[in-house]
Amino acid sequence: MRAIRPKIRSHTREHIVTIDTDSAPRIMFYGENLLIEDLPVGTRVIYPKRPMTPIANPRAAIRYALNHPEDAEPLHAMLSPGMKVTIAVDDISMPLPIMRTPDVRQLVLEIVCEMLADHGVDDVHIVIALGLHRRMHDWEIKRMVGQKVWDEYWPDRLYNHDGCDPEGMIDLGKTAHGELVEMNRRVAESDLTIYVNLNFVPMNGGNKSMAVGLCGYESLKAHHTPHGIVQSNSFMDPPKSYLSHSFKRQGDLIENTLKVFHIETVLNNRAFDGPLSFLTKNEDDFTEADRLKFQAMKWTLDKLPFAARREIFMRTPAAYEMIGCYAGACDPTHDRTVAKQNEQNCVEVDGPADILLFGVPYISPYNVNSKALNPLLVQVMALGYFYHMYRHQPILRDGGVLILTHPCSDKFDPVHHPSYIEFFNRVLTETTDSYTIEQKYQDELAYNPSYIEMYRRGNAYHGAHPCFMWYWGQRGREKTSRVIVVGADNATVPAIMGWETAGSVAEAIAMARGTMGRSAQITMLHHPPYMISDVM
Amino acid sequence: MPTQPKYKNSAAFYDVDGTLIKINIVHAFAFYASRHASLATSARNTIKTALSIPVFWAADKLSRKWFNEIFYRSYEGASEDRLVVLAEELFEDVILPNIYPRAKDLIEESRRAGVRQVLVSGALDFTMRPLARYLGVDEVDLIANQLEFVDCYATGKLKKPFVAGATKAEIMRAYAKQHAIDLAESWAYTDSFSDYPMLAVVGHPTACNPDLRLRSLARSYDWPVLDLDEAPDRSVARRPQGLAPVRRIRGRPAQPE
Repeated sequence: MRAIRPKIRSHTREHIVTIDTDSAPRIMFYGENLLIEDLPVGTRVIYPKRPMTPIANPRAAIRYALNHPEDAEPLHAMLSPGMKVTIAVDDISMPLPIMRTPDVRQLVLEIVCEMLADHGVDDVHIVIALGLHRRMHDWEIKRMVGQKVWDEYWPDRLYNHDGCDPEGMIDLGKTAHGELVEMNRRVAESDLTIYVNLNFVPMNGGNKSMAVGLCGYESLKAHHTPHGIVQSNSFMDPPKSYLSHSFKRQGDLIENTLKVFHIETVLNNRAFDGPLSFLTKNEDDFTEADRLKFQAMKWTLDKLPFAARREIFMRTPAAYEMIGCYAGACDPTHDRTVAKQNEQNCVEVDGPADILLFGVPYISPYNVNSKALNPLLVQVMALGYFYHMYRHQPILRDGGVLILTHPCSDKFDPVHHPSYIEFFNRVLTETTDSYTIEQKYQDELAYNPSYIEMYRRGNAYHGAHPCFMWYWGQRGREKTSRVIVVGADNATVPAIMGWETAGSVAEAIAMARGTMGRSAQITMLHHPPYMISDVM
Repeated sequence: MPTQPKYKNSAAFYDVDGTLIKINIVHAFAFYASRHASLATSARNTIKTALSIPVFWAADKLSRKWFNEIFYRSYEGASEDRLVVLAEELFEDVILPNIYPRAKDLIEESRRAGVRQVLVSGALDFTMRPLARYLGVDEVDLIANQLEFVDCYATGKLKKPFVAGATKAEIMRAYAKQHAIDLAESWAYTDSFSDYPMLAVVGHPTACNPDLRLRSLARSYDWPVLDLDEAPDRSVARRPQGLAPVRRIRGRPAQPE
């Protein structure tokens, strides 16, 4: 079902603002705090598009998608009494920040479970498709699936995927490229798998859902390689992403072996609303009330300790709304999903920047409800995700300078990220070369029994996950000449990652101009919410 | 699913009391004290043990060596047969219900990776044997203190070397040499700061249900901290304010059987 289109605005390029002498300073995220910075005249600031108007009746849209799927029979036609069905559902890593309840996954699950019951399908399990992410805590699952599904399925028929369970995983075979495909045994032995996806970025969903969400380490390491990342230009542009091609090969093998019905949902980008809505506005358009709200927030954040600031942000869910729901076969469904998502998130930009500037916020896909955004995750946000938020050509030209704002504190969550601590303090201090890490350290961390135990029965990311996070930034590291972090509270962390430090944005820009010249084109990405630059 | 590449020449050394089980050697001694043929003797021994606890505690804080000397003197005069026979009962009644829920899983994960499993305990060997059997650890891989017996009666002294503190590290080194184990590729698990030497000699030290001093040390040295107790407790601790408590979790399996 299509969302109602927003009104056509007369100002079609409102998402690009060029700083002038009388422009307002810009707000930037700085971890769990905010900065307000005057930018040089001529700086290009890119804003996300306004949130698209949501679907008025999301439940009706979901039912419509299930009954009018893409290139597949309607879901009800696939069901028969006594069949074995597994519902796989995306984990909490998306959306960011976490959305208000009801989560769209809850809406989809309630409708699907009801439909299964109506058709006499009793043997139903719900598996959280977390791949090698951490197991979700019980209260997180409850919040995500809602009381009704929780009461009916937890804990015997609603549980986390376990990619290291030797009894719970099977091999489906290898692709023509020799990529192993492992699969959750329950899913592989089901008559039908229904995948419930929440699509937040174009690299997610589609073939990645099954191939990564329900796999083990052996099949993940086929594509999560430094080589794969470097070959992805970018991984937010699926046709040009090595990762997507590999997911496609693995996904094709899965789709040819198993019967899978995909359900994908698309959200708008209403990350902040109500008293925080000023965070998504052009600062030149601030009202007096917006200015006061910002000042009050900034004053409060400056006074609070780190943990309190973090709690405030983490406990402020986003007001995302559903703008699309599609279902059916994998590829046609995902094509429609990505098209809708791009409609919301892609902004046209004329030419790449010489100096790219952005703030790194408090959150990433891998630290939801964690105690900190650890340095490795700062790196993955900067050189992985934000660097890759482009299509056609890079938003930062090759050899350009990247400037980010974040405290880069030496803080880790020992429950969620135990292997990150060893990786950062032992591996990265020995070598920062991704290819060496892949050869020498990745398997060691992956097969460490302590980390496997923590992943399987604790709430830790898989032992090899920090290696993948480091590879995630490989293309960014290779293509940028310098990375400068503004406001780091220590010199060690940036130095370990090979970054320079600056005390202020102005100082960082002066340093960057030393490399790129006085006339260097400076671009600031004003997020969150994120946007993808269509660089022409 | 492909089998994982196996570690070769690696071992995992586990402290037992507080690491794999929730109880310690004083519980074992109290069990023996309370299992006497005469009710009066049982009651007298139990009271005596209870009264000795502050002494044991103080001795343990000062020196593990002193503690061992004072504590094991309590066994003086006990017959070997009785101690060994009651060890099975001790395991069934006291140790088994107090094994940490995830202890066996950890050992299984480690064994699956090809790592040799070794128990290094300050408890007495005959009390540890049933546990070792239960955990699938070979008798040759059980390193524990041994009581000295004369004419099948305990003298109240331990055979040397005592398995405690820095000696644990020495014993592990000797064990590694004897079995061609590479300590740099080995693991050690303990709950207590007093076992710091044990952690210091391996390449992969892991604090397991650590006391405050060890937890702090683990943070400083970037060692992983593993909690083998029930996971839901942590989940509850991390629940955000305002979310209704999850009442149905306790006592139910986190994963389907």
